[in-house]
Amino acid sequence: MFLWVIQRDLLLAMRQRADVLTTLFFFIIVVSLFPLGVGPEINMLRSMAPGVVWVAALLASMLSLERMFSSDYLDGTLEQMLLSPQPLSLLVLGKALAHWLVTGVPLVLIAPILGIQFNLSTDALLILAVSLLLGTPVLSLIGAIGAALTLGLRGGGVLVSLLVLPLYIPVLIFGAGAVEASSAGLVASAHLSLLGAFLLASLVLAPWAAAAALRISIE
Amino acid sequence: MLKVSDLECVRGERSLFKDVNFSIEAGEFMQVNGPNGSGKTSLLRMLCGLSMPAHGEIRWCGNAIRSLDEEYHNSITYLGHLNGVKDNLSALENLRISSALAGNEIDENKAYNALQRMGLGGREILPVKILSQGQRRRVTLARLLVCSTVLWILDEPLVALDSAAVMLVQSILEQHLEKGGMIVMTTHQDINVAAVVTKRLQLN
Amino acid sequence: MAINWFKYSSPASFYSLAGKLTPLFSITAFILFVVGLYISFFVAPTDFQQSEAYRIIFIHVPVAWMSMFLYLIMAGWAAIGLAFNTRLSSMIATAIAPTGAMFTFLALWTGALWGKPMWGAWWVWDARLTSELILLFLYIGFMALQAAIDDPRRADKAGAILALVGVVNIPIIYFSVKWWNTLHQGATVSLTQSPKMATTMLTGMLIMSLACWMYSIALVLMRTRTIILERERHTVWVSELQGAA
Repeated sequence: MFLWVIQRDLLLAMRQRADVLTTLFFFIIVVSLFPLGVGPEINMLRSMAPGVVWVAALLASMLSLERMFSSDYLDGTLEQMLLSPQPLSLLVLGKALAHWLVTGVPLVLIAPILGIQFNLSTDALLILAVSLLLGTPVLSLIGAIGAALTLGLRGGGVLVSLLVLPLYIPVLIFGAGAVEASSAGLVASAHLSLLGAFLLASLVLAPWAAAAALRISIE
Repeated sequence: MLKVSDLECVRGERSLFKDVNFSIEAGEFMQVNGPNGSGKTSLLRMLCGLSMPAHGEIRWCGNAIRSLDEEYHNSITYLGHLNGVKDNLSALENLRISSALAGNEIDENKAYNALQRMGLGGREILPVKILSQGQRRRVTLARLLVCSTVLWILDEPLVALDSAAVMLVQSILEQHLEKGGMIVMTTHQDINVAAVVTKRLQLN
Repeated sequence: MAINWFKYSSPASFYSLAGKLTPLFSITAFILFVVGLYISFFVAPTDFQQSEAYRIIFIHVPVAWMSMFLYLIMAGWAAIGLAFNTRLSSMIATAIAPTGAMFTFLALWTGALWGKPMWGAWWVWDARLTSELILLFLYIGFMALQAAIDDPRRADKAGAILALVGVVNIPIIYFSVKWWNTLHQGATVSLTQSPKMATTMLTGMLIMSLACWMYSIALVLMRTRTIILERERHTVWVSELQGAA
């Protein structure tokens, strides 16, 4: 059943590839805008790169949050999911995982290429990819709570950013921090372990909170 | 089996209905009537546990449905006024996925047969978005053919259906009742379901 | 003598109780503010390092305390409302949010006023200031979510979940910001005062905190009364109230 949810959402994403690509291109464009805004000075860009890529990843992941539940809500399939004999939190976990596979994984794959634009070292590029790999699922999981809370509200898309962006801050700090540490020649393992801890904590808590939020929103 | 006592529904500041009492046993059919806005859909959603009554209690086999929760979901099938089908998936995919989500995995053959019986033969693998409203409704109703639940809660199942399909649905419902199933439904259309006991609930 | 506290959990009786208590808290708050401000400005000695500018801490510190306390209290009431389905608790939570947000904003503002002469800048990315800013975002998120939901029951519950998620996150956020701060700035500019704080200064600060508490309680009671009236406007007791007035 858990697998059915993931399979279904991936199938739907395949049928609407444009949505997936929009998020990815948004990410690429935002990252590419920064050098144009602050100038092409290579050392400054290198020191900015971790923050820029991570902020762009936050925004890109958030951009697609509204879709996580709203289309299912509008056509009545979400109602059916709530009536499933499986625990709702498991189902939410499946949907968050599918969201990550569709929006997070492409970011992880493309980020090292964008890092090259900022002249990051090979080590830093690797750490960037690893930090995104650990951090983006947390974004999807926390985002699920926001998406569930704002389900069906007018202006839900803007509202969801107001709710989840402050909660994304720890991920941003340690995600970008890991890459910075690595470019400064330090060990990034402490940052990465903390990101891993966030991931575990949100895997346990977020689906539960999001499920409670969904029940409230659909009532 | 299903017992409802002193149910009250409040929407905003208005009380839609109160002091609703009824019970349904195996093989019984209940039709909920009432004008638009009388709370028919709200009542059915409460029976599923999707929304909480302002007052009163709903019991299934003696236990409050709130405490049963997921266990209760194993015994019911709810078809709402929304079809609950995905436009970008085919009829076959929709049926298999919605059944699986309801805890009832079915193989392709079974799904094919059900769709065939609903008169969708030859359209199984078309995306649902190119089907007509009535055909989409048939995709939704095909779930009734494959599910093994006892209590069916149907909100306007006949909307957009032609007369042949209405006859078909009627026979499906009758079969379910014969097997000892229970049905609660709303409809504005005339349908004569033969049942051992037919109850009517009037909301206004 | 046993007082039946549950009596006051019904909006109608709470409404009249709050009406009686509000003036009491308002007057206490006023007196405490006057005394506190007098001590802060005229009695407390001038700091030899920071001269007169330090006096802003008499407002800044109590206000910053309040901003954090109120978030916890708000989340607490919201959680009670969610768990026990008590309408009044949720209403109190909703009533606390604007006051909490105002204190957070004041803390940031007074922090900036203090920072200019001390650090030479209106804003520094100090760990506490940054966390306070994020706290303000959390308050705004809570209020925005409740404002966007028309059905008060759903607004109460959704707000409660958000507040609770916020409470779980606040320590993590604070810890992250602190880490980030030490990582980037080396030694942090510390807000802590010299260990031997003059007794008059401490007294002034405590009186000001107490004044802020009284003010918050008075304001929350008033706002809860308004929310009760708004939500129960169709009930019998409210129309009786109107008839009597």
